[in-house]
Formats: sequence, structure tokens, C-alpha cells
Amino acid sequence: MPTIKSLEDLQKIREEALKKREIKSTPGSIQIIVGMGTPGIAAGARDTLKEILGMIEEKNLANITVRQTGNIGMDSWEPIVQVVLGEAAPVTYGKVTPFAMRKIMEQHVLGGNVVNDYVVPA
Amino acid sequence: MHLLQGRTQRPSMKEIALHLLDLAENSVSAGSQTVQICVCEDQQANLLTASVVDDGPGMSPEMVQAVTDPFVTSRTTRKVGLGLPLLKGAAEACQGGLTIASAPGAGTRVEVFFQHSHVDRMPLGNLSSTFLGLAVAHPDVHWIFKYTARNTGAEETFEYDDQPIKETLEGLPITHPQVLACVRGIFEDGIGAAKAVLP
Repeated sequence: MPTIKSLEDLQKIREEALKKREIKSTPGSIQIIVGMGTPGIAAGARDTLKEILGMIEEKNLANITVRQTGNIGMDSWEPIVQVVLGEAAPVTYGKVTPFAMRKIMEQHVLGGNVVNDYVVPA
Repeated sequence: MHLLQGRTQRPSMKEIALHLLDLAENSVSAGSQTVQICVCEDQQANLLTASVVDDGPGMSPEMVQAVTDPFVTSRTTRKVGLGLPLLKGAAEACQGGLTIASAPGAGTRVEVFFQHSHVDRMPLGNLSSTFLGLAVAHPDVHWIFKYTARNTGAEETFEYDDQPIKETLEGLPITHPQVLACVRGIFEDGIGAAKAVLP
């Protein structure tokens, strides 16, 4: 069981977030979707997801929604990650290693510039 | 042109923790609301066992048969993935095995065991990362995770039920940076502490 201490910690985090108005009823304006079907997992999607979560912690990013999707039938491009910034059209990236994910986080998610090297050709 | 465009790599799942992630994803896509993952490393009995139990729609005996046979699995049952036959084969190669208990309407229980000391046994791998990934990717699922380490005269269990955590967070997402750090800590410290009883 999670200890009482960790629940107290979470309670404190929640109070802080309330003060800073970080709790919203709508999903965050930035969505990152990771393909976690069998081909995605086999190709390394878990470590890609881990990199996203690591960067959220490291850069203190409070407005990102992380979701997963199942097998989308582009096995040779796995791990596949989609980035949706606000109203912009989703950008689909392929063969997203943790290294590639870091670049996508820095340049696209934080900088607003699509990383063309990893975009899956339409 | 993509920088890394080239031949497709053979799928490889070389960690038990990755197989558990795959099995749990199957449970979620089948529509389960509660999913429980238990792992036990028993040095004394020389066994490594793992199970994924869900309250999903379950499977007919024919389907249970089909999902563990790579040659029967057709494109229509592809949702279940190729992971199961691979895991079954890996377990059987290590004096272990894989069983599925399921019935329509009664959920599914997948259990796998390996001889712990077998030279060919794949490593358990990063269990914390699997747990955190599932908790983040499927916040609406009720997750129960358990890890037990047993050695002569010593046993330590880490147990995580996300119900009290969700109640405490009251809508604050698990992807909030500080929450993420806290939950990651719960997994890493809890599993690490239990593992300490193993040699």
C-alpha cells in the first residue's frame, strides 16, 4: 500500500496546484499520444513514454496530457508518437526512440517547431 | 525521407515487465475496469511467477486456445497480440509455463511462471516503469500492483492500489509533474525495498 506519508505528500501537491490554478476541467492544451499496442511495446514504446514522463518532471510541465492508443497498423514505424498542440493538426512521428523523443519534446512541444526528421511521411 | 527509414526490426520483448505491460494493455483494450498485476520472485522455491487478472469480458475456450497459438492467431484476433505465444514459449523453455483461466463474462487470468535460476530466463526488467506507464496511460482503470520477494526466512511485499491515491488527488492528473515524481518514487522505492531481501 502507498504509505500515509505519500498520501500526505499528494495532498500537499494538490493544495499547491489549486493555489496556482493548475487544476482544469478540460484536458491540457498539449496532448502527447503514444502507441502502446504489442508492436509499439516490442519496439520500445515504454522507454519512449518514460522519456516523456521524465521530461515532464524535469522541466515541470503542468499542462501536458499523455494518452495511449492501441495498434494503429503502422508496425514498421513503431514506436509511434502523436503530438497535438492546441488547435493545430496532429503531427505523427515514427521510430521515436527516447533520444528522438527528447528532441521532439524540446523542439516541438516546448518550442513549437515540428521535428521533420521523425515525421511519418503521409 | 525519414532519417531512420529502413528494414523493420523483429519485435523483441526481452523483459518479463514488458510482457506484463502487453498483457495489461490487452486487458484494458478488452474493456476491463480493474486490472491486477502480481509478481513474485521466490528464491526459496526457485520460482518467478507473474499474473495479470482483469474483470473484462473474458474469452471462450476456443479463443483461449487461439490466443496462445501463433499459427491460429488471425488478423481479426490481432487485438490480443502476438505477445502471449512468445511469452508462453519463453516460459516453457525455462521449465515453466503459462496458463489462461477465462470464461465469457468472468474476466481473464493469465499466469506465467519460470524457473528463477534458469540460464535462459529473461530478466524481470523494469517493473516500476511498466507500472508507471500503465497508471499514466490509463487513468480511468483501477490498478492494483503487487511485488513479492521471498528468500529463506525473509519475505517482503510491495502493494499499490491506486484507489486511495485517486481519492486524494481529486481530479489532479497523475501527469502533473510533482504527482508524477511522487508516484514514481512510490514504485521505485517500494519495489527496491522488497527486492532487498533477495541475494
